[in-house]
Amino acid sequence: MPIRSIFNKGSDWLRSEGPHHQIVVSSRVRLARNLAGVPFPGWAKKVERMDTLEKIRAKVESLPEMADAYSFACQDLTALEKQVLVERHLISREHAAKGAGSAVVMNRRQTLSIMLNEEDHLRMQSIRAGLQLKAAFKAVNKVDTELEQSVDFAFDAELGYLTACPSNVGTGMRASAMLHVPGLVLSEQINQVIQAVNKIGLAVRGLYGEGTEALGNLFQISNQITLGEREEEIIERLQKVILQIIEHEKNARQNLLQQRSNTLLDQIGRSYGTLRYAYGMGSKEALNLLSMVKLGCDLGFYPEEKQHVVDELFMETQPAHLQKGSQKKLATEERDILRAGIIRGKLEGFEPPDVSGAMARVEPKAASAAEPPSSLPDPPMEGSI
Amino acid sequence: MLCDVCKTETASVFLTQIVDGKMQKVNMCEACSKEKGVSDPTGFALADLLLGMGAAQPVERGGAEGTRCPQCGFTQTEFKKTGRLGCSVCYQTFAEGLEPMLKGMHKGIKHTGKCPERLQRTQERASAMRDLNEALRKAVIEEQYEEAATLRDKIKALEREV
Repeated sequence: MPIRSIFNKGSDWLRSEGPHHQIVVSSRVRLARNLAGVPFPGWAKKVERMDTLEKIRAKVESLPEMADAYSFACQDLTALEKQVLVERHLISREHAAKGAGSAVVMNRRQTLSIMLNEEDHLRMQSIRAGLQLKAAFKAVNKVDTELEQSVDFAFDAELGYLTACPSNVGTGMRASAMLHVPGLVLSEQINQVIQAVNKIGLAVRGLYGEGTEALGNLFQISNQITLGEREEEIIERLQKVILQIIEHEKNARQNLLQQRSNTLLDQIGRSYGTLRYAYGMGSKEALNLLSMVKLGCDLGFYPEEKQHVVDELFMETQPAHLQKGSQKKLATEERDILRAGIIRGKLEGFEPPDVSGAMARVEPKAASAAEPPSSLPDPPMEGSI
Repeated sequence: MLCDVCKTETASVFLTQIVDGKMQKVNMCEACSKEKGVSDPTGFALADLLLGMGAAQPVERGGAEGTRCPQCGFTQTEFKKTGRLGCSVCYQTFAEGLEPMLKGMHKGIKHTGKCPERLQRTQERASAMRDLNEALRKAVIEEQYEEAATLRDKIKALEREV
């Protein structure tokens, strides 16, 4: 199966709408598993890694869920191809750096991916649109149970599933949701939220996981604890916290509309204008501007059917996605020109924001000209966590 | 005796310090001892070196040689470097050092979640087997031979499953 066919087909989770899709972009659950009696990939000799891969790959490919799967050995993929998979969250950045002895198997719909010989022998992940942690867990758990019939996983009655890193031992499960929270960022509440979330043992990260920047007002929230709590409890707790964040985000948006509507509309309008007419655009800038237009969509400033155009652009403007159609590697400047072109093309026929509805809702104070336009901070361009 | 730091050269510098009331020893080769600044006793803390190597084990428990996983040959030094273990047996090999770490990281140190089905079945089968054998023993003592025969068949059937 040529990898090109994946590239031409978007991920299912990206196109469908899940619960709370305006704020929760996606939900993912991954399970880490290792074979009993075999060194973990990071410590195994190359021969051992190849041997493990051979043993496990056929079993993974023969799963009913993987009936129409794509299966790639890491050394057969180019750096660009791997980067596309990273941008789609189908493999990790660490896995993209792997060569011979590692592989990835994913279903056609790109909702299930299994990395072989990443940090652990198996990293199985299920991804869904919107807030669907339970559904994502159910799917990946089913795969795990199926594999368990024929594979002896490293398991200890006390410590549970044994993983290369002690931070994953126990359930081996990491559940996470990607949240789009421009309201919390603009109203400068985001740091408080992050601190509160950290305090209760959950992690907040940027777009591509550990140590990455928070771009486009996108944050990942996930469990840290994997030992001492059941899978269902972990997910339940995470779900509750996410629902609370959704409420905070909704309130923040409402407050911005009511109290600082002029600056809010100004930012959305400027973002729209820049995206619509720019001839050079970096990927960070694009993400941050798209975030504001997405917010505009959520607030009803654009027709509903336009929402998915913006959502797609979030992915299509990422560096590797941008270049997947090109024959050669592009320089940064070439990429920025190409990116701006793609955005202009997609936004053609995208009317300027219609704010009449918003104005009606928040009258009479709404259009108050006395409001200083500087009362809102600039959208964070480099905000990192 | 090999150097605790590089693990290749023969150790010729032997250090002993009392840290927090516990005696700790480290053996180093000439080169490593110079690199770590051992020649200047005032600017050198054995505890730091040991902690840095991840081998901060009191002499009476682990020994300064550093524990090595019998299954995969992984050492504490490696763990300190990468934060990852070598194989599933490492969890037993380094259990002592891992426990406080796991306690700090997680909610408890006892897994309460999913258990592999087959393992669960094996355990269930073992306990069913124990019950059947016990019942058979009783039946024989009580001379309930008909029941004993049924039980014997059940045990045979269970054995065949395995």
